[in-house]
Amino acid sequence: MEYAIVFIILAALFGFFMAWGIGANDVANAMGTSVGSKAVTIKQAIIIAAVFEFAGAFLAGGEVTSTIRRGMIDAELLAGNPELLVYGMLAALLAAAIWLLVASMAGWPVSTTHTIVGAIVGFAAVGIGIDAVHWAKVGNIVMSWVVSPLLAGIVSYGLFTSVQRLILDTDDPLKNAKRYVPIYIFLVGFIVALVTMLKGLTHLGLGFSTLQSYSVAVLVGIITMLIGVWLISKLRFKPEDDSDFHFANVERVFGVLMIFTACAMAFAHGSNDVANAVGPVAAVVGVAKTGVVEAKSLMPAWILLLGGLGIVIGLMTYGKRVIATVGSGITELTPSRGFAATLAAATVVVFASGTGLPISTTHTLVGGVLGVGLARGIAALNMKVVRTIFMSWVITLPAGAILAIFFFFTLKGIFS
Amino acid sequence: MSPKSYIFSMFGTSPIRPMQQHMGKVQACAAQLVPFLEAIQAEKWDEAKRIQRHIAEMEEIADQLKRQLRLSLPTGLMMAMSRRDLLQVLTMQDRIANKAKDIAGLMMGRQMRFPDQVGKLMLEFMRRCIDAITQAEIAINELDELLETGFRGREVELVESMVSKLDEIESDTDRLQVVVRDALFLLEKELPPVDVMFMYQVIDWTGDLGNLAQRVGSRLEIMLAR
Repeated sequence: MEYAIVFIILAALFGFFMAWGIGANDVANAMGTSVGSKAVTIKQAIIIAAVFEFAGAFLAGGEVTSTIRRGMIDAELLAGNPELLVYGMLAALLAAAIWLLVASMAGWPVSTTHTIVGAIVGFAAVGIGIDAVHWAKVGNIVMSWVVSPLLAGIVSYGLFTSVQRLILDTDDPLKNAKRYVPIYIFLVGFIVALVTMLKGLTHLGLGFSTLQSYSVAVLVGIITMLIGVWLISKLRFKPEDDSDFHFANVERVFGVLMIFTACAMAFAHGSNDVANAVGPVAAVVGVAKTGVVEAKSLMPAWILLLGGLGIVIGLMTYGKRVIATVGSGITELTPSRGFAATLAAATVVVFASGTGLPISTTHTLVGGVLGVGLARGIAALNMKVVRTIFMSWVITLPAGAILAIFFFFTLKGIFS
Repeated sequence: MSPKSYIFSMFGTSPIRPMQQHMGKVQACAAQLVPFLEAIQAEKWDEAKRIQRHIAEMEEIADQLKRQLRLSLPTGLMMAMSRRDLLQVLTMQDRIANKAKDIAGLMMGRQMRFPDQVGKLMLEFMRRCIDAITQAEIAINELDELLETGFRGREVELVESMVSKLDEIESDTDRLQVVVRDALFLLEKELPPVDVMFMYQVIDWTGDLGNLAQRVGSRLEIMLAR
């Protein structure tokens, strides 16, 4: 293909830019509840995010990447002129990256996922034709944007209520915390491992039977639980801390749990959101190298590496500052609440990743926090901000689409 | 670019700590009435004047806390407790401080010294009313624990028992108020009538302190019953 090298370089550049933006903004939101509840320090949060974002992208990100890459567009219509897909994906990346930059500068809450989906659907519908879009698939994705915060809310409500029943509202909360928190830690390891084994690993060429998957997940759960038990045994409890606030020592136990949920959240975010940057790059590289729009192809490892690296650099350069403002802010969020909200969100996101649905991590997490709020667990939630966060996707979709259409025709004009 | 996280901005400031601080100030303000009354009965007017100023200052601080708290509770917050109940508790708390200031102001202005037989009883009555306020403060201090358990279960029972203790103290103050009035009634013919009128007024207001403390408790109970 003519200009193949140029396309690949452009795609890598735009993809890296996009990944940087995700690392700078999204990750801070994903880690916000963990840092805000003072369970992990900023430094720990960055290390956790760097390691588990990457692990999530690599181990469980395959399904979402392929959805972004070719799930929403009918590849057969493009068989005659594959370069249209290249222009389109480059345009989508550029549109999403620029929109994210503008929005963060203006202080609007935007979702990376909504931007890239809007951009891809936009260029495909206008640049190629209405029929080029798999509307059923896109419909499913949009539905999942409604369902995911709801589901996270229900799960977090349930988790938080169970914490109250089993631990907080008992004669000896500290004793019960030491007894039940390891079980929650087991759940964290088990769920993440199970969904990854069942859904995520196929793209790496590793197929497991259901029984194998369950046994490995149980094993992972037990190992995380043992680490958790060890960490809890190292805690020093001071009875005098309970004089002002009776649950100070109990919350210390939940702090250990929160470290694990923070890891799960970073993993979940990596599995879903890295695809937003990496999917289009993979599509461009695939076409540019072979000159055809193929139905199936393996994901080059360097692209994943590029996405992971971009996220980590975004986190180090800019996201760190965002997390810092979070860390000094929320004190209303105790580890027991932070855990319920974050684990609920992480579970829903990992499930969505396994099913190949690109959803917004931020929205899901907001749903999780609201669930705890509905259980009368958070003193005050600013519903105006919540409304703004949810409304933002209504404007983000057309914005991403319009920008993508503009860049699509510009690129088409330049290269042909 | 200003670093900002949207998850962070959705958390409003919790009203619980300010609420407790306000109640703490109110209690400290009202509690000064005891040494104030003692100073007056001992005819240490300079000392009394100093304490009265102190009471007025603390009432002012409580007022500012109240205003700040009200401003930090805009509509559109989803709160663990009803905004209306919370603001009503706050109003009750604030009235206690106002009443304490009024009592001190009136007694100081009129150099009101109770006859010795009444003074002793009055002191006992005053102490009991302050007990009621202190009990209300103890209950308000459970708000953060209530939040931790999501306003359910044992913590609710604990607060309810605190409130019923508050009710007991309050009925104690009612009984003591009658005793003080009776003692004053026996002496009133020998005293200047205008002085006596205002003494009855101070006794009434002191009783109000206990009533207001009880209303803080009952509002708190309504908050739990949602």
